[in-house]
Amino acid sequence: MFPKPIEKSSRQWQIGYQVLLPFAMLLWLAPLIAVALFSIRPDADFSTGNYWGIPSSFEFFTNYGQVINSAMPRYILNSFMITLPTMVGAVALSCMTGFALGVYKFRGNLLIFFMFIAGNFIPFQILMVPVRDLTLDMGLYNTKTGLVLFHIAFQTGFCTLFMRNFIRALPFELIEAARVEGIAEWRIFWYVVLPLMRPAIAALCVLIFTFIWNDYFWAIVLTTGENAQPVTAGITSFNAQFRAMYHLMSAGSLIAALPPVIIFFLLQRHFIAGLTLGAVK
Amino acid sequence: MATTTSSDHHLPKQGWYKRNEIAITPWLFLIPGMLMFAIYVIYPIIQSFNISLYKWNGLGTLADNAKYVGLANYEKLLFRDGKFETALINNLKWLILYLLAIPAGLLIAIFLNQTVRGIRLYKSMFFFPFVISQVVVGLVFTWFYDPQYGLFNGIIGIFGIEPVNILGDRNLATYGVIAAGLWPQTAYCMILYLTGLNAVDPEQVEAARLDGAKGHKMLWYVIIPQLKPATFIAFVVTIIGALRSFDLISVMTNGGPFGKSTLVLSFYMYEKALGEFGLKMGYAAAIAVVLFLIMLVFIGYFLWSMYQDEKAAKH
Amino acid sequence: MRSMLKASVAALATVVALTGPASAELTGDLRINLDTSNPAPRATMEAMIARFQAANPALNITTTVIDREAYKTQIRNFLSADAPDVLTWYAANRMRPYVEAGLLEDVSDMWADGTTIANELASTKGAMTIDGKQWGVPYTYYQWGIYYRKDIYEELGLSEPANFDEMLSNCEAMIASGRKCYTIGTKWLWTASGWFDYLNMRTHGFDFHMSMARGEVEWTDPRVRETFENWGKLVRMGAFVDDHQNKDWQQSLPFLVNGEAGAILKGNFAVAPLRDAGLTDDQLDFHQFPMITEGVAMAEDAPTDTFHIAAGAQNKDNARAFLAFVASAAEQTEINNGSNLGQLPVNATSSIDDDKFLKEGFAMLSSNSPGGVAQFFDRDFPAEMAKAAMEGMQEFMVFPDNLDEILERLEEVRQDVY
Repeated sequence: MFPKPIEKSSRQWQIGYQVLLPFAMLLWLAPLIAVALFSIRPDADFSTGNYWGIPSSFEFFTNYGQVINSAMPRYILNSFMITLPTMVGAVALSCMTGFALGVYKFRGNLLIFFMFIAGNFIPFQILMVPVRDLTLDMGLYNTKTGLVLFHIAFQTGFCTLFMRNFIRALPFELIEAARVEGIAEWRIFWYVVLPLMRPAIAALCVLIFTFIWNDYFWAIVLTTGENAQPVTAGITSFNAQFRAMYHLMSAGSLIAALPPVIIFFLLQRHFIAGLTLGAVK
Repeated sequence: MATTTSSDHHLPKQGWYKRNEIAITPWLFLIPGMLMFAIYVIYPIIQSFNISLYKWNGLGTLADNAKYVGLANYEKLLFRDGKFETALINNLKWLILYLLAIPAGLLIAIFLNQTVRGIRLYKSMFFFPFVISQVVVGLVFTWFYDPQYGLFNGIIGIFGIEPVNILGDRNLATYGVIAAGLWPQTAYCMILYLTGLNAVDPEQVEAARLDGAKGHKMLWYVIIPQLKPATFIAFVVTIIGALRSFDLISVMTNGGPFGKSTLVLSFYMYEKALGEFGLKMGYAAAIAVVLFLIMLVFIGYFLWSMYQDEKAAKH
Repeated sequence: MRSMLKASVAALATVVALTGPASAELTGDLRINLDTSNPAPRATMEAMIARFQAANPALNITTTVIDREAYKTQIRNFLSADAPDVLTWYAANRMRPYVEAGLLEDVSDMWADGTTIANELASTKGAMTIDGKQWGVPYTYYQWGIYYRKDIYEELGLSEPANFDEMLSNCEAMIASGRKCYTIGTKWLWTASGWFDYLNMRTHGFDFHMSMARGEVEWTDPRVRETFENWGKLVRMGAFVDDHQNKDWQQSLPFLVNGEAGAILKGNFAVAPLRDAGLTDDQLDFHQFPMITEGVAMAEDAPTDTFHIAAGAQNKDNARAFLAFVASAAEQTEINNGSNLGQLPVNATSSIDDDKFLKEGFAMLSSNSPGGVAQFFDRDFPAEMAKAAMEGMQEFMVFPDNLDEILERLEEVRQDVY
């Protein structure tokens, strides 16, 4: 493993490393700590220019209380109801497309793969009007379903790239061996390939969860109200007509950032294994 | 890639599906994904090409409210729009500087690639910038740079540098925004490299150690080549991130100061199509098409390098 | 402006005639989209809708409140995609694209001669009119003007300026005391155009300003240059705070609060955060933007927020009844008072809340704005022109020597837009 495991170093190094870690983290997270400080300031501090000094009063309970008592929980629930189905849908679809493109050799294989990649590179803002009209025609405007369907479709591009490369890296002999046994192709997918893809699935879940959780653009294009909008749109709803409520936005965004971090923390081990293999061509 | 069609194992008396199983299966697996992708991505892209030929404010329907203008949008964009040029140059700055996230991410990943107590928690915390809302990242950095009340001028003052107003300077503003963008992007690359480091072959590392390789030599000649796949993905996501970026721009500078100092194509397109004063859907579509063509260069490179790898793998 | 104090019995009778019998019969649905997302206006609107509901118990009302900024994007989508019956928006040119795309309902019938709205809201009719028809009903507006630190002015022996020379000499005194005269944050551009509105309307008058808005005057015209040169006097003497180009207007407030700048040109919405930051009504005062060219009638900016009916609305009768309800004198008094919107009622027969700034603003708009009332630069000028011009103004406030280049650029845009 690289670098040299710290356990094999001298005692001083080990202690030094352990001490350095929290300091490095604090430095790295300094902007985040600033957000945390903003989130406990009173509104007036932003009018007097007191961004970095000691808050003129500590408003932790007021601010977070206000956030929790707003429509925030509703928005967070919406976020989950949008993010989780998208995650499942996009990962499921791309397991299939990845399998098809990674295992089989047929005419147009590369072409189709390239199409998925190209779609991934487009400036997605330009899809707005056509996608809005499409969603409308299907009667899904301002519904979570409409948002989920689009996200699944769009994320399939990135996920396919990821899954296809991952499957490429699997030992092909396993599939050959299964074929020799006369096992049906879909069974090979289900019983041979899919179990091997678990790390990749975990990794993609974390990434997709993060992407979708943080989506703001499509949330405001395809939905309008509390009944369907995710938390990213909810955060800015604290803003007044002419006044940004920085303290509430800070508090709200910290709360909103927790789910992806927790997911990452929980899936970390699988996540890391997944990206590793996937990256190998 | 190993070939699959040659494996001739089926028995003579099988149904049509069974006989053609290997030819048909991939299509069955592809159909749902391709269908979704075609409806929601491919078709809208074609629509966008179409919209770029019209003068349309995005209200009502294209059929009722738009006027066909041929290539007029492109003509204006490419030859009579000073903002386009600025946006293009800024895009280049983004592309080049954003790549700094890759080495920075690698360094942090190496730093964190240990198995001490609580390291999982540390890794999660280092990942945090990537998951927090970009709007808030933008706000924090805006205040950080604030010429009167920000911390930045205090810090450079320690080194005897005159105070500067980064986001208010037409030459520096873009760099200020990119620096803010590097923070979450570095976290992203760090995660990719953490996973990559996990896959580094310990035997090779040990062998190199026995040969006396250490420190940066080990890193450069042994580790980095093995991290190539992770680097490749980091490169791709960073390029995509650089070309798409506009959340930070919209929060930190709104494309300004002076209307265009921090403009990039994706933000310019957004401003024209959806911005408070932009009701020029056709023009925005033209910008998108141009941006798409620029991206095609990267897609082309990406595909070419992939194709080369595939070919190499065959031999 | 508010000279239509003819709240005659006859007019009142029409209120009853319009809303009275109708309200008893209202059934079915009413879908309302609001952009009043911040807590106080939101509560105000919800309370108002609740009163309308109480008056029409058989009506099934659905309200959707959307974040103000997101609303600006979403209105384009929901008007064609999923039209509500009633929606909030802004007057003048800001509603023009939607009117021209046929997305808003023509409500000229509500403004016809003799109706309550025509009588009591007459002063706002112009702002609601496009192509000779009216496209909505206003519900609130607010004054613009100079909010200044009275205590600092008194300390320096200054008084409210009556003309531009006094404004400049006040400013010199302010700078001599180590302060800036005016704080401003031009990051979002519109604040700069407030200065242009006033300088232009004071230098050449309301009619000239409006003919510019209609694209009838070249930006390279010497009269436009004259306006900018007046502005340049302030810029060159260092009247404005430094580094304003990347501050939003809230970030510009600390200068005023901390006494580093003497005043701000702003809409009445600035009062609330200034009070929150600790300024008392003894420290903070208001004055009208002073005269520049003698004989030019005073004109003011007073942006109006409005209700409209979507062209695709399903329940237009209910929507009309709701608009009439919003415009009624009683509702106007209620929703604009200090504990609600804290702005000015559009109905001439409503009463003004007992607030120092609202009263001054109302007095100014009703008796000292003979030239006319503008909506605000970005609502009076077409969007593309407004955007380019505001960018040029921001540049001018930092690099006044670029004026020629800026004006030529804006003239090119003008020829493109109109």
